[in-house]
Amino acid sequence: MKRASDAQALQEIQKDAKKAWLELLQGEHPLICTGLSTCGISAKASECQLGIESELADRGIAFRSMKVGCLGLCYAEPLIYIKMPNRPLVCYGHLHLHNIASLVDAVFDNNNINNNLTLGAIDLPEIKVLPVPGLLSLWEHPMIKPQVRIALRNCGLIDPEDIRHYIAQGGYASLAKALAMKPEGVIEEVKISGLRGRGGAGFPTGTKWEFCRRAPGKEKYLICNADEGDPGAFMDRSILEGDPHAVLEGMLIAAYAIGCHQGYIYCRAEYPLALKRLDIALQEARELGLLGEDILGSGMSFDISIKEGAGAFVCGEETALMASLEGRRGMPRTRPPFPANSGLWGKPTNINNVETLANLAQIIDRGGKWYSSFGVGRSRGTKTLSLAGAVRRPGLIEVPMGMTLQQIIFEIGGGVPGDKACKGVLTGGPSGGCIPYFSLDVPVDYESLTEKGSIMGSGSMIIIDEDICIVDLAKFFLTFTQRESCGKCTPCRIGTRQMLAILEKISEGQAVIGDIARLEGLANAVKNGSLCGLGGTAPNPVLTALRYFREEFEEHILNKICPSLVCKNLVAYTIDPERCKGCGLCKESCPAGAILGEKKAVHAINAVACIKCGVCMAVCPEKFKAVAKEVARCA
Amino acid sequence: MNQAAVTIMGLEIGIEERVRQLLECLPEKDGALIPILQRVQYDQGFISPEAVKAVAEELDVSESIVYGVATFYAEFKLVRPGKHHLKVCLGTSCYLRGGQSLLDHFSRKLGIRPGKTTEDGKFSLETVACLGCCSRSPAMAVDNVIYGGVSSDQTDSILAGLD
Repeated sequence: MKRASDAQALQEIQKDAKKAWLELLQGEHPLICTGLSTCGISAKASECQLGIESELADRGIAFRSMKVGCLGLCYAEPLIYIKMPNRPLVCYGHLHLHNIASLVDAVFDNNNINNNLTLGAIDLPEIKVLPVPGLLSLWEHPMIKPQVRIALRNCGLIDPEDIRHYIAQGGYASLAKALAMKPEGVIEEVKISGLRGRGGAGFPTGTKWEFCRRAPGKEKYLICNADEGDPGAFMDRSILEGDPHAVLEGMLIAAYAIGCHQGYIYCRAEYPLALKRLDIALQEARELGLLGEDILGSGMSFDISIKEGAGAFVCGEETALMASLEGRRGMPRTRPPFPANSGLWGKPTNINNVETLANLAQIIDRGGKWYSSFGVGRSRGTKTLSLAGAVRRPGLIEVPMGMTLQQIIFEIGGGVPGDKACKGVLTGGPSGGCIPYFSLDVPVDYESLTEKGSIMGSGSMIIIDEDICIVDLAKFFLTFTQRESCGKCTPCRIGTRQMLAILEKISEGQAVIGDIARLEGLANAVKNGSLCGLGGTAPNPVLTALRYFREEFEEHILNKICPSLVCKNLVAYTIDPERCKGCGLCKESCPAGAILGEKKAVHAINAVACIKCGVCMAVCPEKFKAVAKEVARCA
Repeated sequence: MNQAAVTIMGLEIGIEERVRQLLECLPEKDGALIPILQRVQYDQGFISPEAVKAVAEELDVSESIVYGVATFYAEFKLVRPGKHHLKVCLGTSCYLRGGQSLLDHFSRKLGIRPGKTTEDGKFSLETVACLGCCSRSPAMAVDNVIYGGVSSDQTDSILAGLD
């Protein structure tokens, strides 16, 4: 391909890319697109794609195939879109190795593109075909309709490993536009947009850039924080796997505005596919001259290197991240000096999160005012949210700030599966907290979530149902933060350990009522006394649990009962002699040898030997259902 | 097995020599400690005491600095792992949807605790903070291939598929 030596040359390249894109969508052979992100691959998307392709090869049908990222409808994965000549591009979901043959039969043999696996038609302006009666647009799907996709604009629609696809959607035109502006003008536009850091802290992006631009020094660094450590969040992974160039273009715009010549992407090693696609994207951008010297003839030079994280949650904190980039233990330090003045190698440094960067090209293209037309109060624009846990439609969405949790969980997520009731939602991961079912009318914006004792964080939403024990959950989060505490400051190192010890006592039914006050006291000390955000927010899950579900803690302490039957020390497994038919399955599977009874005679569990693993309950045949889990007051 | 050497494409190379080679291939020498340890681990499967020594010498830092970094990050292993790595995800979503009982199940099947390797050196069992596959929980990685929606009764077939 030609090099984009200036804005004019980029336009030429875009013209060619658009032509190729149209040919792809309007060509005479069928087009098969497979959603190949980590989530899709884990659902066996590659196997399904191969299955369809071999069915087509058997029939002698010529076709073209293409990989795309994740559309966000993870609940229906694997997803494959098929475009027959002169027909709409149709998205099919819930595929398996055993239903792809029937899909091929329907679509290719019987011309039935709207069948039981159809999720909807992907309406793109380039596809000009007659509508198919009864075939709904995918944009009308309940999970997609309420969304405004800005950071996720291309995810699931283009091949992330082909820069021409990104350019065909207008990619890198915003860079050209920014380069024609003054750096101060770019910063002003970002300030007008009201964009705030999407990694969790929510600091205004434009202001952050301004600090770094004004900092004295010629050498400045730009870092993209892709160390998505919050367990439960996967938006950064999805963006990097589905549209890496959106992040690179954002970095280029930021680098121009601030005056940086070197950028780093700090990406966690647990995301091998994101790392691979970033690497490809960087090579492609370099080949086109979009990275390197004299970018688009503007005189600006900028390049990016990838740094692989090595598995430490605390490295999401910016000073710890920089320590890690310098090859040291990832421990945070006090601020000031702020990274804008003294960051990586002591030079002025600006750090932005993946999602923040992915929004920038659109802000420059359509204006800060347009971006700020979405959202509420001081939270402008949109936020990507990952839905997981007890929800019918887990996946990744992007909605305007200010949408209520109620709308997100029930309208978009489809509510809680089974006949369970929603108990609440965890926002912000281990730094956030649990918002209870009676407060789901809270709008999702930085301020409202903080008011409820939680945080926006990176935007993970884990929905919990009534089967979840809040004490166990608080213990889970503290186990995580205690393990990930770097150990530098005392409140976090020792405080989280002591909090965890109290929570363990409570879950074992060994606590006394004064322990709640001790736990609260410690939580506040850790919150106020810790050096960095990890310790400063680690008590949030415990504090919100105590604020909204205090009676559940009291049940564990006063009555020694776990109402949700989760805490192992407070439950017992028993065999109902009326229902047991003596099949012996439980006895065979019991790893502790705790089940007694002869074949065809009623079995019984030796409570002393029982390790409460629940295997007996899982293997007991559905028709007998003889094993029960019940409340056991511990001695 | 010789811990002071690695085998690269059938050739045995002394660890000091290999560390020098790896360092030459790094685009940037600043902050090289973590990338070099990642590459050593890629070659050896873990970071041997001999490798710690060689890296310290090449980068002209003390062994304690190298050891400090190697023990700080979850990715680095200081003992030789099994032939197959099983990583059970214990992210929030996976934990709430059965990740812990999946882990317990593997632990019982293999007779080892998380973080350990079976005596025959065939399997290592580990937990991972999050695979980013929360929408398909519980998830796990088997030799870096990610499986979603894994149930305890699939453990046998997963183990049987690994020789």
